[in-house]
Order: sequence, then C-alpha cells, then structure tokens
Amino acid sequence: MERIPILRMGRALLVTIQIDLQDQVALQLQDDLSAQIERTGAKGVLIDISALEIVDSFVGRMLASISGIAAVLDATTVVVGMQPAVAITLVELGLSLDGVRTALNVERGMQMLAADIADDDRTPSDD
Amino acid sequence: MPLQGERDIVMCRQMVRKLTQQVKFSLVDQTKMITAASELSRNTVVYGGGGQMRWEIVQEGIRTGLRLAFEDKGPGIPNVELALTDGWTSGSGMGVGLSGSRRLVNDFDLRTEVGVGTCVTVARWK
Amino acid sequence: MKQDNAVFDQVLKADPEQFLKEWLSEVGRSGNASAGAGATGLADARELLGALAAAVAADADLKNLQDAAWARTRSVLAALSQSRAAQGASAGDTSYFVMALKRPLFIGLDKHLGSDPKAAFDAAWTGTVLIDQLAQFTASTYQRIREDVIARQQQELLELSTPVVKLWEGVLAVPMIGTLDSSRTQLVMETLLTRIVETGSELAIIDITGVPTVDTLVAQHLLKTVTAIRLMGADCIISGIRPQIAQTIVHLGIDLQGITTKASLADALQLAMKKAGYLVTRNKA
Repeated sequence: MERIPILRMGRALLVTIQIDLQDQVALQLQDDLSAQIERTGAKGVLIDISALEIVDSFVGRMLASISGIAAVLDATTVVVGMQPAVAITLVELGLSLDGVRTALNVERGMQMLAADIADDDRTPSDD
Repeated sequence: MPLQGERDIVMCRQMVRKLTQQVKFSLVDQTKMITAASELSRNTVVYGGGGQMRWEIVQEGIRTGLRLAFEDKGPGIPNVELALTDGWTSGSGMGVGLSGSRRLVNDFDLRTEVGVGTCVTVARWK
Repeated sequence: MKQDNAVFDQVLKADPEQFLKEWLSEVGRSGNASAGAGATGLADARELLGALAAAVAADADLKNLQDAAWARTRSVLAALSQSRAAQGASAGDTSYFVMALKRPLFIGLDKHLGSDPKAAFDAAWTGTVLIDQLAQFTASTYQRIREDVIARQQQELLELSTPVVKLWEGVLAVPMIGTLDSSRTQLVMETLLTRIVETGSELAIIDITGVPTVDTLVAQHLLKTVTAIRLMGADCIISGIRPQIAQTIVHLGIDLQGITTKASLADALQLAMKKAGYLVTRNKA
C-alpha cells in the first residue's frame, strides 16, 4: 500500500497529495502526520491538494481531522491549491470544512505558516 | 462492477471518470458525478456489506445522460428521512454522503428495505 | 434474405440511375430550392440509396429503424440533416427530401408486384411505414441540431454577460446583471473561481447593482459562491447593495455569514486595496 511522503521544510511539514487516495492511505497519512509533528516539533503543516481532482466527504473529513489533530499538537495547518471544480462540488455536497484554513497556492500557504510561527515565537510560552 | 473492498471505491471513481468523459460532461459535472459515485460506493462497501454498481449511458429523446445504480444486500436503511436530511453547512457522518450525493446529481432514487438491502440509483444529464 | 427484404432488394437494385432520377424529380416537384434537387441533392440521394440497399440486403428489420443493420443509414440521414441545417434549409424541406423516396419506390414495387395486388399493397404499406420512419428520424435529428445551436448561442450570451475583470493586483470583480438563477450562478462560480486560480487573486468583488431582486434563493446562490471562494483560500466582498435589498435581506432573516458587504463598487475596491496592504496617496495638484 502506498504511503504519502511527508517533507520537512524548516519548522513546517509539507505534504503533496498526487494520487487518487484510497481510504486506508488517507488514514495512514493522518497517523504519519501526527507522529511526525510530534517527533519533529513542527509548528506548521501544509497540505497541497492542487493535483486532487476529487475530494469527497471522506477526504474532507480527513483534512478536517488533520487540522484538528495538528492544532492539539500546537501546529497550524493550511490546505492549498483546491481546484475550482472541487470547491464547487464540496459546496454542493454540503461540506464547508470549518476550521480548515486554505490558501490559493503553496507560496501563500507558506507565508501564512511563517506568519503563524513568527507569532508563536513572539508570544511568551506558559512553560 | 463489484464493490467489495476499499480498492473498489477507487476503481469505481476511475470507471465513472471514464464514463463521464465518454458522455463528454463538463469538468464540473464530471467532478460532481465522480464525487457522488465515491460517496455511494463507499456506503455500499462500508454500510451495505459489499455489493455492486451498474452503469448505463442513457439516451432519452434528445438528451444524453449517465445512470449509475449502487446496490447491496445489506441491512438496509431504517430511517430514510433521517438519512436524507442535513443542513448544508454541517458535515459529518453518513448523512452527508447520501444527502450530499442527491444534490450532486439530477435524478436520485433510493430503494431500501431493512434486512433485505439497498439500491440507490442516480443520473446526470448533459 | 427475408421475403419482404428480397422484394425491396430487387426494387432498389433494379435500375439505380432511373431510381435516382425519379426521386429527384419528385423532390423538384415541391418547387422549393432548399429541398435539394441539384448536384448535391444527387450525391446525397445516391449515398442514401446505397445505404438503404445495403441495409435491406443485410436483412434489416423493415419495421424497426432502431435495428443495428440500419446504423449506416441512420448516420447518412444524420449527416444529411446536418448539412441541410448548415445550409439553412427548413426542417420540412429536409424531411420532404427523404419522403420523396416513396415515388420511385412505389413505381418499382408496382413493376415487380403489379400482378399480385395483395402482395403489392402489403409491400407498399411496409415501404410507407419505413420511409416515414426515415423521414421522422431526419426531422428529429434536424431538430436536435438546431437546439444544439441555440443552446450554444445561449451559453455564449451568458458568458458575455458575466465578465470577470481584474480591478487591481490580486483583486477581481464580477458585475452581475440581471436575475441570478442557478445556471447563471454556476457559470459565474466556474468563471470566477478559474480566474482566481489563474491570477492568484485573493479578493473577489461581486457587484449586484444590476440584480433587481434578492430573495432567499438568490441569497443562497450568492452564499454558495462565497463559500466556494473561501474554500479555495480567497475571500469575497459583495457590493452594490441597494437600500431596498438591504431591507429585504433583514426582513427575510437571511444570514450573510460574515460576508463583508458594501453599498458601492468603489467602497468595495477601497476596502480590497486596504486588505491587500495598499496605501493610495495623491500628489498635490
């Protein structure tokens, strides 16, 4: 079974989904990301779905889950590159993906994450 | 085509993509149909205990369309009303799959009997 | 070969040139130039005759034009409809061209079965039914082609009436004019979202100054569009909210879900620039 590779870029983790996701693969990605965030202490996760032509409720929920899990592990998530047809379909499907932040492309997404990480660095932590 | 395992859900998406391209649906309509098929085939595999999908390219007078039927011999859906309702901004559970799919297609027909099985037929026209 | 088919086979193959001549003279009798009695008419007739003869010889079901053996005939008829439609011929003239076939056919049947009135009558009946089916098929194909043309023109008109313009770096605007129905909304969504991705614009302004009424349905369409825009990672401002529309929105209890609204396109642009981090200064005149 294939595994989606997770790249590390500074304090962020980068995931590019390029294949038609089988349910198991999606769940595996969720597990892998959680483990990686914890292991590397990453503060940001960027998920690139620009190659994803179909996002159904399962994938949608996966994205929302990853976002939630990351937040608990003190990292922010941005999903980038949603295709227009996918956005239209998701709206019709009734999935608004509340709580999942999105950006138009990888560049904007990284900017958003960098800003979050900078903010995080500036606020004194409660250790 | 058979819908028994997870892999079949992916195969189903690929098959429906081929079919929608054959009928020459617009990109958005293709996406909607394939997404609906993904939801319904998953329901069949996960909740219906496996089943099959039948497809048909239909010509009704001057319009062309694609009809898909997802059937299983599973437990059936006890409360159809409930399964088909949800506000369109919420989104969790099996509900979105069924009611959401209804919004993605032109024709939607659901036949189910507790203890016997379920058959969902959907169609989109060009 | 089936008996019925054998008779027709004979008639169609007996003397093709004569058959064609009688056919075209019958067409010319209608007095309508567009029915096609000229050189192209001859070529069309020849091709149709060829397809018919081949199908009959292949034992095509004379009572059912949907039979697989008629496939080539059907495509010849469709091509005929297409070319006639392109030339501007009327539906009536196009199907008349096909119906004129009856004359040479009946002449031929009479010649072959003249001695047996019952057989001649039956064959004539089968022939009439068959040719009527051919003519009906031609007419409905013609109809479909015209409808396709109209649909395409409507689509073009629709596209022309909802242009997406780039107001500034990263700011797109769509002036909506006329009623907002679901097909219109769909088109705007597709066009606008595609342009957003293409230009990497993070802000879209939808101006509804030209939309006469806003009811719950229209509001729903607008909300869908905004949700889709936000899903993609951009944001939206709705401008052109006239006082009456504002009242209607409040009265109907429509929840705009935190969408920023502005009365005029100018105000919206100003806000968009500010959001994008631009500062507009003016040189002292």
